[in-house]
Amino acid sequence: MSNSREIWQQAFEASATREADYSTMSGVPLEPVYGQADGAGEYPGQFPFTRGPYASMYRSKLWTMRMFAGFGTADDTNWRFKEIIKSGGDGLSTAFDMPTLLGLDSDDPMSLGEVGRCGVAIDTLADMEDLYAGIDLGATTTSMTINSPAAPIFAMFIAQAEKAGTTRARLGGTLQNDILKEYQAQKEFVFPPRQSMRLVRDTISFTAAEMPRWHSVSISGYHIREAGSTAAEELAFTLANGFAYVELAMKAGLPIDSFAPRLSFFFNAHIDFFEEIAKYRAARRIWARWLRERYGAQLERSLQLRFHTQTAGVSLTAQQPEVNIVRTAIEALAGVLGGTQSLHTNSMDEAMALPTEKSARIALRTQQVIAYETNVAHVADPLGGSYFVEALTDEMERQAEELFAHLDALGGGSLLEGCIRGIEENWFQGRIADSAFDLERKINRGDRVVVGVNRFTEGNDDSSMELLEITNEDEARQLKRLDVVRHDRNQAAIDEVLARLAAEAADPEVNLMPCLIEAAGAYASLGEIMGAMGSVFGRHVEVPVI
Amino acid sequence: MSASSASRVLIGKVGLDGHDRGVKVVARILRDAGFEVIYTGLFQTPATIAAAAVDEDVDLVGLSMLSGAHMTLAPAVVAELRARGCNAPVVVGGIIPAQHIQRLKDAGVAAVLTPGAPADQVVAVVRQVLDDAAALH
Repeated sequence: MSNSREIWQQAFEASATREADYSTMSGVPLEPVYGQADGAGEYPGQFPFTRGPYASMYRSKLWTMRMFAGFGTADDTNWRFKEIIKSGGDGLSTAFDMPTLLGLDSDDPMSLGEVGRCGVAIDTLADMEDLYAGIDLGATTTSMTINSPAAPIFAMFIAQAEKAGTTRARLGGTLQNDILKEYQAQKEFVFPPRQSMRLVRDTISFTAAEMPRWHSVSISGYHIREAGSTAAEELAFTLANGFAYVELAMKAGLPIDSFAPRLSFFFNAHIDFFEEIAKYRAARRIWARWLRERYGAQLERSLQLRFHTQTAGVSLTAQQPEVNIVRTAIEALAGVLGGTQSLHTNSMDEAMALPTEKSARIALRTQQVIAYETNVAHVADPLGGSYFVEALTDEMERQAEELFAHLDALGGGSLLEGCIRGIEENWFQGRIADSAFDLERKINRGDRVVVGVNRFTEGNDDSSMELLEITNEDEARQLKRLDVVRHDRNQAAIDEVLARLAAEAADPEVNLMPCLIEAAGAYASLGEIMGAMGSVFGRHVEVPVI
Repeated sequence: MSASSASRVLIGKVGLDGHDRGVKVVARILRDAGFEVIYTGLFQTPATIAAAAVDEDVDLVGLSMLSGAHMTLAPAVVAELRARGCNAPVVVGGIIPAQHIQRLKDAGVAAVLTPGAPADQVVAVVRQVLDDAAALH
């Protein structure tokens, strides 16, 4: 009978590894992982994956340096994407502007002043074509941060790629498509929760059948944390949402192992270094146990939680913004020591504006320093076995289980129902706001130090940093583009496909993805598509509570 | 206690920006400081904010803006208020680049609070703006 170390060794030897000098700077050779002297205990790539999803971790492949970008028109962002690829970034991540996030066209009256401001404006397939022009979508992976209109934007993406000659089966990437956290935290919702979940179900079913390289949902704690939750709440709410999507797809008749491997996660990397690392380790362990024990998953890929990390935007200060480079580096390091599969590092100027090209480059360079200078990626789960980190990992898991128990009871034995009820009853929203206010009071009392904000404020007067300015010209250009598309397309075809979309939306048994792809291909606008579905689904209105 | 403490304050989110952490924290800070706080909820337009300010007869309007649309929307809120004969001063808080602050003030915004503003500064600025407005009218 082999011990865990020997089992790990076999798995490691079966993995491809990167060429690198795996020793310290002074020449001490480094093992790919360290463990107990007797070879027992958990190793990376072994259930419940506390120590990492894979045996070889970064020795096979460094994390993907996936920098989030988007501003102005599709042309502007296409240019920034090409800069990122040139600078050594290896995955694209698309930020959409507010109107797009809410499924509105740029010429909607509510879009005034918001077009292209904090992301790229996408109205029709024509914009999507410009956005990825000249980029080989079969060779790079693309992530799209879109939720309420995730299905129609995804449809535009597929229509665009296929028009450019890449079949949908070859497309690799991630759709955020995590609607539950929108109601809980990010608040970019359109349709009511239950109707929105139907669209999530349709995308999960569609990708499970037709797009083997695509991650259908990126279950996101990032926004929950940014909205003010604690680390344990981020962990618990995110995984609970993950269980809800699992139950949703299983209810639709999909076998768990047909879709669970394509669910991925997205966590925050905040400034409390060890707590963050413990959070990632606990997340992997909880997911593996719940998927196997509660949902009956058997495939290893279904049990292995894989995640993207972004450093904490909310930890950035407008005061002495250069210090944000240091915060981001520490947070990014936590993500790497926690075993992240991809990473976005924020830029120092993001407490004031979207990043300039220079500040975005420094943020990418920060990852490259960690990857190539520090040697921290040589050894998997380097903090595993630390009394402190193991105890903190257990504590994160314990706190999360308490929150799952509450949601399970709320949903009468269903996490899907528990999460939706928790939203409808404002339970998540209230907890997050309470935690945000607690932290604010600690900062105000000086119990929690924020350099440049409540301590060490000398130098705060220097506001010489150059910031990216988005002009109203982008909005004007986008409106003109949209006008041209509306003029050039076949209106009868649009009317026909939109009527069919509304009819299909009214039948909950139909998968809307094929009709959405058709509508996108006819150059129906996002606002028109959302309007057709909205005529059936209605709108979500949040009861405002302080 | 300043005379302005018992004032009614409308705190709102205008436009499409869903970031509501800051607005809720500020609402609680002001409530704890003795103000009567009315929160509009998300996705308001300049017209709905102004109408609510008139209906609620508030003394001050606070806007939380993190999406970059402040240069369009904040002046529009001021204009909608004045068009309804409401003189309540407008305070903006959120992600506002330093070079925009004066331009917002030129457009009729009374004060701007930026990220990291501590609770006592938020309360002090709101009181000051209310006192200045009271002295004017």
